[in-house]
Amino acid sequence: MSATMSTTPPQSPGYQLPKEHYLNATYGIRSWLLTTDHKRIALLYLASVTFFFFVGGIFATMIRIHLLTPQGYLVTPETYNKLFTMHGVAMIFFFLIPSIPAVLGNFLIPLMIGAKDVAFPKLNLLSWYIYITGGCFVLYSFATGGLDTGWTFYTPLSSVYSNSAVTPAILGIFINGFSSILTGLNFVVTIHTMRAPGMTWFRLPLFVWAQYSTSIIFILGTPVIAITLLLAGLERMFHLGFFNPALGGDPILFQHLFWFYSHPAVYIMILPAMGVVSEIIPTFARKPIFGYTFIAASSIAIAVIGFFVWAHHMFLTGESTYAALAFSLLSYLVAIPSAVKVFNWTSTLYKGSISYDTPMLYALGFIGLFLIGGLTGLFLACLGLDIHIHDTYFVVAHFHYIMVGGAVMGYVGGLHFWWPKITGKIYPEFLARLAAVILFIGFNLTFFPQFILGYLGMPRRYHDYPPEFQVLNVMSTAGASILALGYLLPMLYLTWSMRYGKVAGPNPWPATGLEWRTPSPPPTENFEVTPVVNWEPYDYKNRPDLGLATPTAPTLAPAHGDD
Amino acid sequence: MSEHIVSPKLYLLIFLALMVLTGTTVYAATVDLNHYYRGLNVIVALVIAACKALLVVLFFMHAYYSSKRTQLIIVAGVFWLAIMLSLTLGDYASRSWDVH
Repeated sequence: MSATMSTTPPQSPGYQLPKEHYLNATYGIRSWLLTTDHKRIALLYLASVTFFFFVGGIFATMIRIHLLTPQGYLVTPETYNKLFTMHGVAMIFFFLIPSIPAVLGNFLIPLMIGAKDVAFPKLNLLSWYIYITGGCFVLYSFATGGLDTGWTFYTPLSSVYSNSAVTPAILGIFINGFSSILTGLNFVVTIHTMRAPGMTWFRLPLFVWAQYSTSIIFILGTPVIAITLLLAGLERMFHLGFFNPALGGDPILFQHLFWFYSHPAVYIMILPAMGVVSEIIPTFARKPIFGYTFIAASSIAIAVIGFFVWAHHMFLTGESTYAALAFSLLSYLVAIPSAVKVFNWTSTLYKGSISYDTPMLYALGFIGLFLIGGLTGLFLACLGLDIHIHDTYFVVAHFHYIMVGGAVMGYVGGLHFWWPKITGKIYPEFLARLAAVILFIGFNLTFFPQFILGYLGMPRRYHDYPPEFQVLNVMSTAGASILALGYLLPMLYLTWSMRYGKVAGPNPWPATGLEWRTPSPPPTENFEVTPVVNWEPYDYKNRPDLGLATPTAPTLAPAHGDD
Repeated sequence: MSEHIVSPKLYLLIFLALMVLTGTTVYAATVDLNHYYRGLNVIVALVIAACKALLVVLFFMHAYYSSKRTQLIIVAGVFWLAIMLSLTLGDYASRSWDVH
């Protein structure tokens, strides 16, 4: 591998910010709250999901501080139940699910396909308001007694026994579901109908393919969770028997319906992050992506197969052995398209001219962490092994490797990659690389010990633990504090760079996508004239306009490395 | 986008068909079909409900006159529902096998 450690900052040879762009076209709070510009709506989402990330992060911090000692002195057991529940609800429904689609997807899809906006701009704004309304309900639940059912709302705990503020939380998530559905619908129609001339399906950036797959899950899956939670709410409020055996219902039915959405929801989180990585890797390896068609198809495959695996969450909660066998096998299948992606990214790196700019550090971190998260998922899909590690910290570590190591790494990496496009400014590269390394170290120190804890038998959701588990728990808490620093740093320097950063220019990396062919920040209408696409995606070899130095023969990628 | 205009006569016809099917549902519920085959009452009620849903989707929601792509999307939605129902019912149906 002809890897080189790039020390040069992204190019910024005396660029000026464009006179008028989407950020300064209109002023005032009204111009933001009533905007139909997809880029401004993306920024509204950015602010809102960051807020919920903070809320969820505060709960996580309290959990980790509590677990410093075996007896846990910080909060009472009841409060501890509420902490992990509210952490899960805030992070999953109000941060992870909307993060990449609603922030980066909203900002980038029209730019990447050469459109002026999404297909239904007003609907786009409406989905943000719906998100905020749902968020208010959930915050009301947090503020008026909290929520202690676990983010999974399993019945009959949520519908009968819990004394916490379940109803407003259920209503909030129900309302928020419509935001996801509308966003998914908007993206599907936009991608089908608003591509620029020449932007054929197989010239679409892989990020768009990933968003398309995610949108399918949004549309087909979200109604199920909305209705399921509503049924649990109706059982709680009006004692209608859906899931409570005493009323003629079936608690396992709730779990089937809940996971029918909530397992594919994991792919809502990870697929867009995979899309981000598919953009970053070829850009910083200076090579066409290996296996474009396979990566695109594997996104669709993950979205579809992801709907067939849900009951692997229920191996030990009462489903039949035979159903468990089928779901175990189906769960293994989803590893295939995931592995296709990882192999293709790795092949793209092979003999690439790699530079370790900040987004690339995140992308490489993503591959490693996703690999660990994905492979430990296979442990859990294995019927025999799952009996041992079900509901232990092994599961907690596994899904955090996917959701934080995967999805959040992808999100933060994507924010860095497109930050020059979003703001027109460049962040301080050294600090950014430092933060990426801190995040990686902090993440692993937090969650790797949890694999061991789980394997040793420490159950999840318990407020205390035997003293012999303390060392690993202290390591995890120490890692969490490093992780927190890793998140705070980007928030600080990215905000700083909006005002004081160097001007980025239209294509600072440079990259091949259509979004880099318009000024940074882009004008409200995205492009001066409708672009015509006459090049293949990620075609670094045949794009002299990017100003890359012509590589000498030995460092060129072999022909078989191209797709 | 050209919108197909459906005659009021057809709407009325579909409405009447839905009313007749509703009447049939009510009548079928009063007859003990379970006597012939266990669960037949539910099966009949569900078949009638599916027919009614089909009429609503095809004519009231204009799926009959829509493009192939729209029809494909509708079929995909039904297919996804089928995934959910069949795999969930697969669990319920095979539970009794566990006993032995």
